[in-house]
Amino acid sequence: MTLVRLAETARARVAFTLDGAPAEALEGDTLLTAILANGTHVRTSEFGDGARAGFCWMGACQDCGVWVVGLGRQRACATPVRAGMEVVRL
Amino acid sequence: MSTPALATQQADVVIVGGGGAGCSAALHLAQRGARVVVLERGLVGSQASGVNYGGVRQQGRHPAELPIARRAHALWQRLPELLGTDCEFEVTGHLKLARDEAEEADLVAYLDVARVHGLRLRLIGRNSLHRDYPWLGPRVVAGSLAPDDGAANPRLLAPALARAAIAAGAQVLEGAEVLGLAHDGAGFVAEAAGTLFRAPWLLNCAGFWGGKIAATFGEPVPVSPMSPLMLVSEPVPWFIEPNLGVVGGNVYLRQIRRGNIIFGGGRGENDPAIPYARALPGPAMRAMRLASELVPALAGVQIIRSWTGIDGEMPDHLPVIGASATTPGLLHAFGFSGHGFQLGPAIGAILAELVFDGRTDLPLEPFAIGRFAGTTASTMGDGT
Amino acid sequence: MSAPVSTVAVVGAGPAGTRAAEVLVRAGLRPVVLDEAPDNGGRIFQRPPPGFTRPYEALYGSVAPQARALHAAFDGLRGRVDYRPSTLAWHLRPGTLHTLSDGQAGQVDFAQAILCTGAMDRVVPLPGWTRPGVTTLGGAQIALKTQGCAIGRRVAFLGTGPLLWLVAMQYAKAGATVAAVLDTTPLATKARQAPALLAGGRAFLTGLRMMAWPRLHGVKVVEGATPLEITGTDGVDGLRYRGGGREHVLACDAVAMGWGLKPETQLADLAGVPFDFDLVQRLHLPRRNDAGRTPVVGIYLAGDGARIGGAELAELQGARAAWSVVEDRGLPLDLPEIARLDRAIAAQAGFRRALDLAFPYPHALAAEMPDATTLCRCEAVTAGELRAAAAPHDLNRAKALTRLGMGRCQGRVCGPPGAEVLAAALGCEVSEVGRLRGQWPVKPVPLSMAAE
Repeated sequence: MTLVRLAETARARVAFTLDGAPAEALEGDTLLTAILANGTHVRTSEFGDGARAGFCWMGACQDCGVWVVGLGRQRACATPVRAGMEVVRL
Repeated sequence: MSTPALATQQADVVIVGGGGAGCSAALHLAQRGARVVVLERGLVGSQASGVNYGGVRQQGRHPAELPIARRAHALWQRLPELLGTDCEFEVTGHLKLARDEAEEADLVAYLDVARVHGLRLRLIGRNSLHRDYPWLGPRVVAGSLAPDDGAANPRLLAPALARAAIAAGAQVLEGAEVLGLAHDGAGFVAEAAGTLFRAPWLLNCAGFWGGKIAATFGEPVPVSPMSPLMLVSEPVPWFIEPNLGVVGGNVYLRQIRRGNIIFGGGRGENDPAIPYARALPGPAMRAMRLASELVPALAGVQIIRSWTGIDGEMPDHLPVIGASATTPGLLHAFGFSGHGFQLGPAIGAILAELVFDGRTDLPLEPFAIGRFAGTTASTMGDGT
Repeated sequence: MSAPVSTVAVVGAGPAGTRAAEVLVRAGLRPVVLDEAPDNGGRIFQRPPPGFTRPYEALYGSVAPQARALHAAFDGLRGRVDYRPSTLAWHLRPGTLHTLSDGQAGQVDFAQAILCTGAMDRVVPLPGWTRPGVTTLGGAQIALKTQGCAIGRRVAFLGTGPLLWLVAMQYAKAGATVAAVLDTTPLATKARQAPALLAGGRAFLTGLRMMAWPRLHGVKVVEGATPLEITGTDGVDGLRYRGGGREHVLACDAVAMGWGLKPETQLADLAGVPFDFDLVQRLHLPRRNDAGRTPVVGIYLAGDGARIGGAELAELQGARAAWSVVEDRGLPLDLPEIARLDRAIAAQAGFRRALDLAFPYPHALAAEMPDATTLCRCEAVTAGELRAAAAPHDLNRAKALTRLGMGRCQGRVCGPPGAEVLAAALGCEVSEVGRLRGQWPVKPVPLSMAAE
């Protein structure tokens, strides 16, 4: 999945890590946006049916869960990215 | 009961209650050629036997129950042959944990009970335990492993038993609440689903509601509704092999191969008149704390659902199994007090023996309904 | 002895919740307003994070004035309500809401609760719908509105209903490439409702303009389309569909799909509100009257969380339900205002019904999805597995046997299409298979929330 930034691109940059690698987002990004700006998926189904990248973007479908060190499992669509966050895709 | 519009159907055995006990009784009786009718108010396995924790455990049972549990264990291993499905039964081992010295003493004391009944147990000391199960929390001081115990998917058992019973010739009626029940001198008469069912045998497998049936036949028992509270987590990578319990039983947990962690402890709320049962947040949060104490890695895991059902609880936590003390032809099997799931498959076999052979090899004296003789209305539970 | 609880709780700070809180404050009350989002506005009028600069007109289009008014109304309530953003209400028992905030469990005891829990997209699973690059229509809109992002370079819009056309237009206006708009509803179905839709006045005209927009701007439009599969390897590379009697492949790298909305009824369910099957929306909906009262004392419902009616109706219902609370507490009423609300709510009925009929949920498409389609995306249960287990006429028993709806979302997404698959397999009406029973928590909560 390729997220395309169409507007609001003048925001400050935020550094975080994704699966241990340095990554960059913009202030005000949700983790879902931040991850999809750096990769093509957000999680992998536990049941062998492939990668997922969220679905509803409104905290309902629960298909964008990621692990944030110190915070545990979070819905990426409802969690703002913060500088220094260590995000692990499950 | 005497409404002339009702059709009449003759059977050999009428079973009230389509849980694990009732459906397995239907299967065993039908296999021996009996004309069996199961009357189930809702769907089979809707209450205690269908919405429990799924533990298939012999360890820790009251000594009186162990012979039945041993027999059930043999049947669990034959489920694919008996039912065409294993109901996700898996021998995972049951690891019972002690969190202090007093609890450890309890584990040690049970070793003798187990030995008498031929149940394999292995006591594991603190160092070995933490080496073998490095994910256990520091408060755990000892464990007792029953390698032959395991767990199964409770949602599958009663429906699978019912299917097999039907295939063997039994009639299983769902949505068939019993509106009237009596013995008219010649035999039992049960009104349900617009029909009068007549039979010389009546099997009371009605769980908590079995108390009402017993009272109908003049032998009230002090049975109360109980709703063991269950929680399930999201799937996480599989790491907990054995089914875990603790001395005292205030928390128990297991992980299924799909990754979900199923755990329970404490009680939910219920209203048997509806029937309605739901997990309660207060006890649930206590179970969450106890579970994370047992397995600290669970702290960051998420709960995705809770559930419970209604079982009948007896004051001595032993079920009522065996012949009525008042009414020939009436057999009871209810009040499993939250631990009947594992026993279910054997209960049916025992009831079938009582019907056909008039006896069973297993000692049923501890479960006799007569132990509550003298119970009066004022001491009885809600269901009587 | 502690004083009896007299709190009014409002769950949700969208259109309905904001207007409910406004009436309660006016009546001299100080409600607790719980909202899962970090800021108010609900989904339709969701505010972008601080630091975003696009004006209201760019964010909310033709409903910018309503968005501005609602935000201003809420801002005027700050300090006069006990506002708790970023707070999930995960269970409701009589008199108590159980909450999660900042990782900690909490509770709010209430005398009355107005549930304004909003809605989510209603979908039809199809092969490939779990791929990265497929979102709901609402999701695609939120990506644009609150993150300034398009979900792909070349986006296909699939489904039916006003949101389909709205989001496609918003994407095109924002500079995204719209591969096509595929509406599963044939033109004739919509045209039949035109006379009744006229009652919508300005809303109807806005809708017509929205539906004309893609054609006027050279965007491909197919009405009466039947989607077959979303294709791709790692993500999305195309959408296979049938239209005009032929099969086509549309090249795209993202698909936004949705067939109207469905209410988030989980708290009403836990509260014990009875549900009735609604023949028009083809859903089991919580019972409440026009004044927002439910058969459960102390529980009131308003907005899309009870029945889909849109933001304008939600605002009216939120205010009306709050007046019911005011009345039930024995406080003075503004009878002319209540009469005005009742008239305004009643006046919308014909238009809303026509809208439901003009953009029907394509139940046959759901019922006939191929066996291999992942129906429950949480638990990876296929339509074929559900069909194979379809013994009793009961969706909950099917859930018990297959794990359909047992996962993290508790059947929010797969429940309605699952009911269609099961009913078709059994040859019965969809109303007969029931609805998935809810259990708490209504959304996943961490074990660690229980820490003392």
